[in-house]
Amino acid sequence: MTAKHNILTRVRTALGSQGEAAGRREVVEARLSGAPRGIVPQRGQLPRNERIDLFRAQAESVNATVETVGDYSELPHSVSRYLRERNLPAAIRMGDDARLGAADWLSERTLEILKGPTDGSDMAGLSHAFAAVAETGTLALTAGGDNPTTLNFLPEYHIVVIHADDVEGDMESIWDRVRTRFGKGEMSRVVNFVTGPSRSGDIEQKILLGAHGPRALHIVVVDPAKDR
Amino acid sequence: MQLTSHKFKSHVSKALVDAQLQKALGNVEKGFIDKRAKAAGALPEFESLRDNAKAIKDHTLANLDLYLETYEARVTAAGGTVHWAETAADARNIVLDICKRRGARTVTKGKSMITEEIGLNDFLSQHDIEPVETDLGEYIIQLRGEHPSHIIAPAVHLNKDQVEGDFRRVHTHLPEFRDLTEPTALLSEAREVLRQRYFEADVGITGANFLVAETGSSVIVTNEGNGDLTQTLGKVHVVVASIEKIVPTLEDTSQILRVLARSATGQDMSVYTTFSTGPKRPDDPDGPEEYHVILLDNGRSSMLGTEYQDMLRCIRCGACMNHCPVYHAVGGHAYGSVYPGPMGAVLTPSLNGIDKAGHLPNASTFCGRCEAVCPMRIPLPKMMRHWREQEFEKHLSARASRYGLGLWAFFARRPKLYRAAVSLAMPLLSRLAGKRHRLGALPLAGGWTDHRDLPAPEGPTFMQQYRKHQASHRP
Repeated sequence: MTAKHNILTRVRTALGSQGEAAGRREVVEARLSGAPRGIVPQRGQLPRNERIDLFRAQAESVNATVETVGDYSELPHSVSRYLRERNLPAAIRMGDDARLGAADWLSERTLEILKGPTDGSDMAGLSHAFAAVAETGTLALTAGGDNPTTLNFLPEYHIVVIHADDVEGDMESIWDRVRTRFGKGEMSRVVNFVTGPSRSGDIEQKILLGAHGPRALHIVVVDPAKDR
Repeated sequence: MQLTSHKFKSHVSKALVDAQLQKALGNVEKGFIDKRAKAAGALPEFESLRDNAKAIKDHTLANLDLYLETYEARVTAAGGTVHWAETAADARNIVLDICKRRGARTVTKGKSMITEEIGLNDFLSQHDIEPVETDLGEYIIQLRGEHPSHIIAPAVHLNKDQVEGDFRRVHTHLPEFRDLTEPTALLSEAREVLRQRYFEADVGITGANFLVAETGSSVIVTNEGNGDLTQTLGKVHVVVASIEKIVPTLEDTSQILRVLARSATGQDMSVYTTFSTGPKRPDDPDGPEEYHVILLDNGRSSMLGTEYQDMLRCIRCGACMNHCPVYHAVGGHAYGSVYPGPMGAVLTPSLNGIDKAGHLPNASTFCGRCEAVCPMRIPLPKMMRHWREQEFEKHLSARASRYGLGLWAFFARRPKLYRAAVSLAMPLLSRLAGKRHRLGALPLAGGWTDHRDLPAPEGPTFMQQYRKHQASHRP
């Protein structure tokens, strides 16, 4: 308590503003409640279809792979094929997300479905993103039983599903969605923004994929209007 | 770490003849500058985003007390705990108390300059708690018993074969004749070795790029994913961050993020940008049981309201050192301080005192590239100049340079005498130089002429030419 008092007293003395805290408080409150957006680049401000195209192009530019399906029912086949093409075990771990769960996973007979968080022994994980940012090709994932955070980082291959309607132009629009979902000033335990697979440039400044997180990131866009 | 900035000159002499270092430093100049220029050039709004990022931080610093209080209230509401630490020792003891309470044997660490500043690793080791660095670069230098030579690329001073040597020396449980010639093999080996450590760790410690007052969130920005594993798999997550990391809102964070990665590595976004708020919740199968934030002052509050306040806008992107010709020549270790390069030359005397920071404010040619690329528009050369003035006033600079400056000041204040002396000296130097028009040696100027020739002055002085020019153009 004394440390807090001492630090804040030093800050207030340095700012020379002990007396006028009330006026400043109003300004601070206004900024916290108004949360001005600032300068949002034009790049992401596009109509729906172009925005989804930009998301795809940006994600691919940072080494993610992207495919588009028309409906959630196509997921089991798409996941199965992805694993087969890479000679990976036919097994996928996912959380309780209802959108993922609604697909008919039994249709892929050889595919083993594992539920819940991972202990690091799974080769591939499947998550549903909360939203995505076209400007930078970034996925936004929230924590919880639906999509456990460990799936984002421990498996070597991470497959992330995103609905085309959830692809926003910019990060600021994600915060609007977070406030609608969790309430003003509240957050999911974590919001993970993921832009491509894990990498490191720590050895001679050469970028190598697959540091501590996934070596590969595969994004499945569910877009009912994909044949536009 | 022990501050050895007073030995800057001898560090420099060694660095300049260190072949491994000079080879590695080539990567800084080659890589970072082009990448930043490309990323900044590709975003038309980049310059106005820099202005706005600066404005956000200026506003935050002017109301820092209020934002700190809001931040603490939000962290508490999310089930986390805020600890206030006035000094490095206070912060270390808070970490140790948390570790002891949980009976921690090992802690994993995400990359964090602030824990370097407070000397956390040595302190934990002294108390029989093993700190495990998990960022690849940090892991490598921990194996070597070194400190980071760069704030975002800690092992930038090393080459691949040195890393291979260290891995062979330490990872003795692996086959002796394994192939480590490719850098990917080194990366995979580190990944495998460190994977188990995350699960064993009782406590995971990270720094923070931002602390968001609106939500009580801490933000880390990484490329490897090690920071996220550190804070997700440890039973306790401890965030160590200094008080100026505060930003008001999520939107403000997004603004600054747009200039951070572009300035640092030339990426539009780093791979992982993670907002963390409080410990594990009832519906959450993952995450730490406890979430602590240590808010460290350690000299920041005494920079507020001074000519060094602007330095508190720094977001630790490293662009200033990536573009610094002095850093390119000598590397980060020569500075002998936790923070190298131009930002370190300003911050170190602010945190440790100018009497201990030795030559750091002089480790600059004042070329101005650092300020030109600083995303937060921090006037670094101006602040180094302030430190030089203080160094001079406090009689801390070397006697020779004090006498030299005194002599120069004497003439500079007497223009007539100055011009008379100059018009005598110029022809003399010119004659000494002979037909080569260059001087290979000159008394009192050995510091220059030992390494390169001094071009001899030619023809009339500036003032003589100026007068002639004025006379011929008179209407």
